[in-house]
Amino acid sequence: MIERIRKILVEHGRLNKDAATLAEDGDLYQAGMTSHASVNVMLALEGEFEIEFPDHMLKRSVFESIGAMRDAIAELTKGS
Amino acid sequence: MEPMFDELGAARRMSVGIDLVQTSRIAASLDRFGERFLRRIFTPAEIAYVTAEPGLTAERCAARFAAKEAAFKALELPEPSFGWRQIEVMRQKSGACQLQLHGATRDAAQSAGIAELAVSLSHEGDYATAVVLAVRNHREAAQQ
Repeated sequence: MIERIRKILVEHGRLNKDAATLAEDGDLYQAGMTSHASVNVMLALEGEFEIEFPDHMLKRSVFESIGAMRDAIAELTKGS
Repeated sequence: MEPMFDELGAARRMSVGIDLVQTSRIAASLDRFGERFLRRIFTPAEIAYVTAEPGLTAERCAARFAAKEAAFKALELPEPSFGWRQIEVMRQKSGACQLQLHGATRDAAQSAGIAELAVSLSHEGDYATAVVLAVRNHREAAQQ
């Protein structure tokens, strides 16, 4: 799952660091991800993992690191 | 606009937020994600307005996205939210815009003592910008 998230970050995150080697707990906003870029990341994750982030998950903290996104996706795909 | 000082002469705390958005990047998101991008960011009324003139959709979306981001900054809420649909840009007949808060963002703003919000949008070339001013009642502001 982590590699799929990294691939989406490379394509949509507009980071000033290499998403392929960024630490899982590295702050993506510190790495240059704008709010608009995070929208694109969110929509791309939804397409990639066939999920939809519910309103209560639409928080900056859910998208602030690769690990946080992995945890959110794991919760949404649990049991599927 | 309310006076900068309340009836006791205490300063009302103000905060400001600004955001800048590149219209061509919004256009790219619209091309890539289409209707889904609109639905996740904008309210039905906003979607009706931004899609009313197809040639202006990206520009209108960019200005409104900037307004929502500027509002998040001005509100200074404890948990930064991505609740873009909870901040609605409402256009008056005069062309001036106002912000309407909904749901959890409205509740959080009320708890923070936000008494008034003002917004201004602008765009030029490939960029759109928005400024939001938030005014707090001094009692609530003093408690923060």
